[in-house]
Amino acid sequence: MEAFELLWHGFQVLLTFKTLSLMMIGLVLGIFVGVLPGLGGPNGVAILLPLTFTMDPTSAIVMLSSIYWGALFGGAITSILFNIPGEAWSVATTFDGYPMAQQGRAAEALTAAFTSSFIGSFVAVVLITFLAPRIAGFALRFGPPEFFAVYLLTFCSFVGLGREQRHKIVISMSLGLLLAGVGMDTVSGQLRMTFGSTDLLRGVNFLVAVIGLFGISEILLTMEERLALHGHVAKISPRVVWETWKTLPRYWVTLVRSSAIGCWLGITPGGAIAASFMGYNLAKRFARDKESFGKGRIDGVLAPETAAHAAGTSALLPMLALGIPGSGTAAILLGGLMVWGLNPGPLLFVEQKSFVWGLIASMYLGNIVGLVLVLSTVPLFAAVLRVPFAAIAPMILVSCAIGAYAVQNALFDIWLMLLFGVVGYVFKKRGYPLAPLTLALVLGSRTEDAFRLAMIGAGGDLRVFWSNWLVGTITTLALVMLFWPLIEKAIGGAGRLVRMRPAKA
Amino acid sequence: MEIDVEEPAAPAQDDRAVVGSRSVDVVVTLLLFGLACLLGFDSWRLGAGWESDGPQAGYFPFYLSILLGAASLFGLGSALKARAAADEPFVTRDQFRRVLQVLVPTFLFVLLIQYLGLYVASFILVVGFMRFIGGIALWKSALTAAVFVVAMFFVFDVAFDVIMPKGPLEAAFGR
Repeated sequence: MEAFELLWHGFQVLLTFKTLSLMMIGLVLGIFVGVLPGLGGPNGVAILLPLTFTMDPTSAIVMLSSIYWGALFGGAITSILFNIPGEAWSVATTFDGYPMAQQGRAAEALTAAFTSSFIGSFVAVVLITFLAPRIAGFALRFGPPEFFAVYLLTFCSFVGLGREQRHKIVISMSLGLLLAGVGMDTVSGQLRMTFGSTDLLRGVNFLVAVIGLFGISEILLTMEERLALHGHVAKISPRVVWETWKTLPRYWVTLVRSSAIGCWLGITPGGAIAASFMGYNLAKRFARDKESFGKGRIDGVLAPETAAHAAGTSALLPMLALGIPGSGTAAILLGGLMVWGLNPGPLLFVEQKSFVWGLIASMYLGNIVGLVLVLSTVPLFAAVLRVPFAAIAPMILVSCAIGAYAVQNALFDIWLMLLFGVVGYVFKKRGYPLAPLTLALVLGSRTEDAFRLAMIGAGGDLRVFWSNWLVGTITTLALVMLFWPLIEKAIGGAGRLVRMRPAKA
Repeated sequence: MEIDVEEPAAPAQDDRAVVGSRSVDVVVTLLLFGLACLLGFDSWRLGAGWESDGPQAGYFPFYLSILLGAASLFGLGSALKARAAADEPFVTRDQFRRVLQVLVPTFLFVLLIQYLGLYVASFILVVGFMRFIGGIALWKSALTAAVFVVAMFFVFDVAFDVIMPKGPLEAAFGR
C-alpha cells in the first residue's frame, strides 16, 4: 500500500521536537480560540496566520491545522458547561449537553463530546488518507476547462443548495468575486477597479477581508448580547472517562451515521454547522424514545459532535486534492498555502510530498494529542471565561490589527479590515451568508484565470466546456446544482401529478 | 468549581429600536447597487467585450457587476414590499450604544497606529477599554496591557520576525 508508506514518511517529517512543540502550541491556542466568545475557528486561524509567515510550510500548516483541531474541541466545552456555543457548529451540542451538565453529568457529557469529536475526525482523516491522493491523481488530467467547471460547480452548489435567501447568496458571492478582481489583471496586466488608488493596486487581500468579516464583526456581535454566564466546572476523572467509553459501542449506529453525514457535508460545501444539526436530527428521528432528546441523552451529544468534526476535517479533502476549500477555515488554510509560496491543487501531492503527508500525519497525531489534552485540562480552559470580556475584546482587536497588517505590511489594510468588520456585522445580522463571499475571494482570480486560459486554448469558443465527457459532466452538474430548487419543485410537481391520476380514475 | 460572570451593563431586552431591519435592508441594497454601478462602469471603460481569444480584462467584472446589481435590486424590491408593521428592530438603542463602545475605540486605535505605531496604540486601547468600558481598576488594566503588549512584541517582532509599524517610542529605543 503506497498510502501507508507515504503516511509513514509523513510521521517522520512530523516527529521532530520543533514540529511537535508547534503542534502543542497550536492545540492550546486553538482550544482558547474555541472557548473564548468572539473568536471562532475561521477568525482564530486567520488572526494567527501571520505567526507562520516566516516558518517553513510544513511547520506552518501543522501549527495552523492544530489551531483548527483545538478550536473544534474547544467549542464543546462552553456549550456543555455554560449553554453558550463557542462555535456555530456546537449549537446542537447544547441541546443535550447542557441538560446533562445540569444533572451533574458534565464530565460524562464532555468525555462523550471529546471522544465523538475524535471519532468523527479520525474517520475523516482515514478518508483523506486514501481518497485524496486518488482524486488528486485523477485531477492531474484536468486542464483549464475542467478546473473552471469544478469552480463553477462549487459556486453553483452554494447558490442552489444554500439555506439563505437566494439573492443574498448571489450578492455575497458576486461581491467576493468582484473584490477578488480588484488590482492588476494577471492575464492582460491592466489595472482594474483601482480608481487610481495605489493602495487598491495590491488588491483586496483575502486574509484582511476574513479577519474583518469574522474577527471584528464577531466582537461587535458579542458586545450586543448579554455576556453573563453561569455554570459548574467538573474535573474529568479517568474513571468517568472509562465508564463513558464502555457505553460508547452501544451507540455505534449513531457514530457511523454521523461520521458519514459529516464526511459528505464536509466535502461538499455544506459545512460543519449543517452537519451537526443533521446528525442530531437524524439521531432523534431514528431513536425509539424521541421524547427523551433534549433532556440529557448521551447520544444527543455524540451525534452532532461526531458529524461536526467529520465535516470540519473532511473539508480539507477537496482543499488538498483540488485546491477548493470545503469550508471557511479550509479557505483560510488555502490562503496560507499561497502565502507560503505553495500552489494549491492536485500537483501538491506530486511536488510537495513532505508537506502533504506531514499535514495528514499531523491530523492523526493532532487529534490524539488534542483528545488527551482536553480531557485532562477542561477546568483550566473553562476558567478563561472568568476573564472579563472588557479585557479580552481589546486584545482580540489588537491581534486582528496585527494579522491584517502583517499580510502585506500595509497600514491601509487595517482600515480595510475595519470596513469589512462593519460589513460583516451588517451581513450577519441581515442573513447574508459569509461563506460564499470568503470562498469567492479566495477562488475568484483562479476561477477567472481558468476561464480565460480555457478560452485562449479554445479560440474563444464556449463549447469547450462540453468538449469531452469529463468537463461536460461537471459543467452540466454545475447547472443542475444552480437550478436545483426549480428542479426539485418540478420533480415534486410531477410526482404529485402521477399520484393524482390514479386517484381521479 | 463554580464559574459565575454577571454583567450589570447588559442591554435591556425591550428597548426602542434605533433603526428597523427594513430600512437597513433598503440602505444596504442601495449601497450594493451603487457599488455595482461604479464597478460595472469602470469595467466597461476598460473593455468588457469579447476578443478573438476570449474575454477582455473588464469582461468578468462587468457581468459580475450586473449580477450584483440585479441581485441587490431584487433585494431592494423585496425589502420595500415587506410589510412595515411586521418590521423587527435591526438594533436597539442599548445594543447600538454597546456596539459603538467597541467601534469608536477601534476606529481611534487604527488612527493612532498611524502616528504612534502599533504597540503604543495597542497599550492605549487595552488600558482605555478595560478602565472605561469594563470599569476595571486602573492598575489592573495598565498591568494587563503592559504584559500583553510586551508579549506581543516579543512574539511577533522578535521571535517570528513579523515587523509591525513603529512610532516615536520605539524610535527612542532604537528599534
